[in-house]
Amino acid sequence: MSSHADAHGHGEGGHASVGFYWLIGIILAVLTALEVAAYYMHETLGSLEVPILLGLSVAKFILVVMFFMHLKFDSKLFAWVFLAGLVLAVFVVSFLMTLYHVVPGWTAAVTGVA
Amino acid sequence: MSVATESAATTHDAHHGEPTGLWSWITTVDHKRIGIMYFLTSIFFLLVGGLEALLIRIQLFKPENDFISAELYNQLFTMHGTTMIFLVAMPMAVAFFNYVVPLQIGARDVAFPRLNALSYWIYLFGGLYLNASWFVGQAPNTSWVGYANLTSTQFSPGLNVDFWVLGLSILGVSSIMGGVNFITTIINLRAPGMKLMRMPLFTWMTFVTSFLLITALPVIAVALIMLAFDRFFSANFFNVAAGADPVLWQHLFWIFGHPEVYILVLPAFGVISDVIPAFSRKPLFGYPVVVYAGVLIGFIGWGVWSHHMFTSGMGPIADSFFVATTMIIAIPTGVKIFNWMATMWGGAIRFTTAMNFAVGLVALFTVGGLSGVMHASAPVDLQQHDSYFVVAHFHYVIVGGILLGMFSGLYYWFPKVTGRYLSEKAGAWHFWTTMIGFNLTFFPMHFSGMFGMPRRTWTYQSELGVQLYNQMSTVGGFILGISTLIMLYNVLKSAKSGAPAGSNAWGAPSLEWSIPSPPHHYNFPALPEVRSREPMWHDDERAAIEAVTLAHPAKEPEMPGPSFWPIVVASGVTATWALVMTGVWWVPLIGLAYTTFGVFMWAFEDPFKHLESSH
Amino acid sequence: MAEAAAVAHDDHHYTSTGLNSWKLGFWTLIGSECLFFGTLISTYMVYKGQSIVGPFSGDVFDIPLTTISTFVLLMSSLAMVLALDGVQRGNRKLSMAWLGVVIVLGATFLGFQVYEFNHFYHVGLGLDTNLLGSSFYVLTGFHGAHVFFGVVWLTTLFVMSARGKLPPSKALNVEIAGLYWHFVDVVWIVIFVLVYLIQ
Repeated sequence: MSSHADAHGHGEGGHASVGFYWLIGIILAVLTALEVAAYYMHETLGSLEVPILLGLSVAKFILVVMFFMHLKFDSKLFAWVFLAGLVLAVFVVSFLMTLYHVVPGWTAAVTGVA
Repeated sequence: MSVATESAATTHDAHHGEPTGLWSWITTVDHKRIGIMYFLTSIFFLLVGGLEALLIRIQLFKPENDFISAELYNQLFTMHGTTMIFLVAMPMAVAFFNYVVPLQIGARDVAFPRLNALSYWIYLFGGLYLNASWFVGQAPNTSWVGYANLTSTQFSPGLNVDFWVLGLSILGVSSIMGGVNFITTIINLRAPGMKLMRMPLFTWMTFVTSFLLITALPVIAVALIMLAFDRFFSANFFNVAAGADPVLWQHLFWIFGHPEVYILVLPAFGVISDVIPAFSRKPLFGYPVVVYAGVLIGFIGWGVWSHHMFTSGMGPIADSFFVATTMIIAIPTGVKIFNWMATMWGGAIRFTTAMNFAVGLVALFTVGGLSGVMHASAPVDLQQHDSYFVVAHFHYVIVGGILLGMFSGLYYWFPKVTGRYLSEKAGAWHFWTTMIGFNLTFFPMHFSGMFGMPRRTWTYQSELGVQLYNQMSTVGGFILGISTLIMLYNVLKSAKSGAPAGSNAWGAPSLEWSIPSPPHHYNFPALPEVRSREPMWHDDERAAIEAVTLAHPAKEPEMPGPSFWPIVVASGVTATWALVMTGVWWVPLIGLAYTTFGVFMWAFEDPFKHLESSH
Repeated sequence: MAEAAAVAHDDHHYTSTGLNSWKLGFWTLIGSECLFFGTLISTYMVYKGQSIVGPFSGDVFDIPLTTISTFVLLMSSLAMVLALDGVQRGNRKLSMAWLGVVIVLGATFLGFQVYEFNHFYHVGLGLDTNLLGSSFYVLTGFHGAHVFFGVVWLTTLFVMSARGKLPPSKALNVEIAGLYWHFVDVVWIVIFVLVYLIQ
């Protein structure tokens, strides 16, 4: 693809400006503040608390990976080798969670411990 | 190692920059030499694992035998399984990855040559460490699956499980680095025109296997770390008294363990997908379908793990799910079987030893696949679980599938490695003794299993009525042992005095056959331009490629120089893990400091520094 | 013609995709690390709320304290991209300053972790106390070990930069260290929510 790619060691990526990085940093800080706020408001939020927390952390995850790790600007191949591992990891976590906590009484039946 | 040194010495001393001697092998970063070392080491461990199997078979020859003690028996079957999977089947496949893949894609080496050397040395040291347990009489004894909480200090107080948990952790590091190396190599070092869908099937299956390596090995690594914390630092991961669930170990082990099955078998599929077209003089039937089937197997392989655990009481919902996925994975596997047969159909078949082993794989793997579909069904599995029926099943898959595939690859690529053919006559003996010995050993196990003989049991009562089957298995086992010795004889003899082979020893279609046998240390004087899937079978394309690949370059391509640091770092990694055994938390840090020193020396070493001095 | 084409491609830096092999290999390794932390997190989640004896997570976790250390690690990621930007521009002062900030923030995070572990231990949560102790210390301990390794790596780059051995042509070294650092940060983003905030 681009022949000058490794000359400046930045893959195919375009440079984001310093101001843009600061903006992302501020957004990350705000999202973290919202997370902690959601934690303290768990009585108000009720069953919404967990989805909100998960949503906020996914947003932070995506911001760091896309912009700080330049995945948005870089070659799709980097994203593919990363996603291969990430998708399987999410699969493993969710599957084990399902087996142990969602299928009712499963843990108790196996271990005899409620 | 001496075999290869000599052949390298006789054919290469005309070239400068090709060092010889023991030191050159210790510091080599050449993927071909590393491949040879991987192969010879895995053959050594094959003999060790085979010897363990024969002792097991002698013990089972008659009812209530006491040839060996029950404790030693436990150690033997545990080390047989662990050795054959982690020290033989995986590294033998990696030997072929190393030697063949860069040649097939038109590369001078792998992407990270020093990392490649590190993978090998860690494998060697890890294997030796694991087997050092024999010398203190405390080899691992809780089977290759090491189910919790048998492995807890309460039930296994000795060093046995310590050796196992630390040894496997060391080997895991080697495999993950190998996976990263080959993914990068295959994506990034293909010669011009070598598109993904032009790559030989062996390279494709290496690619899929590498993804399984980097994703499955971390799971077992974590499970082993947890077990190590339980054993050395009294953690509670598998401590039932603290509310832990030992079945979690089974889940983590098989989340790794089932992809591991495909890590083992896909390289063998890759080998015969190259061998069968070459000896049928026909392109592989349905190439894209075979590629996609391989990728699909790798993917679905992640969703079937709990079919090893139907007896653990997961409940009907989970059982049904894993029954379904397990039956589905038979489909892409079946697709491959039909593709191989369709490739042979109407072809000008030459039954060389390599081809014999490939066809043998298709037949025997199918037997193992069929019994696999049988216990994919949970109710059927409840009857067969932990019986010799299962032992028969997975040996048909692992020996009938993987080992035959590796032997096929050995006969196919040996002329490329040494410049000499393996003897076809000895090869025929090797093949037929393997077929007879293998089927005589493992087919009767279907019956002894059905009659109720449990696996991993030291002895059996004569009333069970399985003595005849066991005697057949034992005789077959010794025939298999003889076949291995024939193979060894053939390799040692033919490396010195086999018939000389040309650059394209078999008239095969792929790029590794365009360069001299054995190849120069730089593989390709200049990178060839590939225009099709079978470049060596199209006359004008072959002529254009050989004009490049067989040419004598005025100036040899610059290759990275030898490095001492991979073996230093490998010994450091092994020492760090092994020192955990002391049980004193700070002692491993000594090993870590030594490793860190090696890593820094490595990081600041210029791989091309040897060129400055010679210029 | 084939020869001419071959010669044109014949150099050390040739890759079929035009991408740098180190960077590609490192992204692959990060994919592998996802499974490593994924399995540790799975274990924590499976054992969440299963401890028989205390102390339980509600007894020991100090959310305001962890919020501060989370914030510190997040901001170190910002400093990391700014350091890379400095190296790519060839601005040695800028790159050294921001690398220094990353190292200090990383060390601060580790300091918080040491304090946290020490505090938990003194209120009775040992590695061998219950399921929480085992799964919490091993998960966050391995994350901390990754942070520690990152601090050592970045310190090496800082020294190289101070000696003037980190010109823009070697920016890739910093970029890959940065990938590592950001990955360790996103793992903490997941841990912070799954371990600390959702109880």
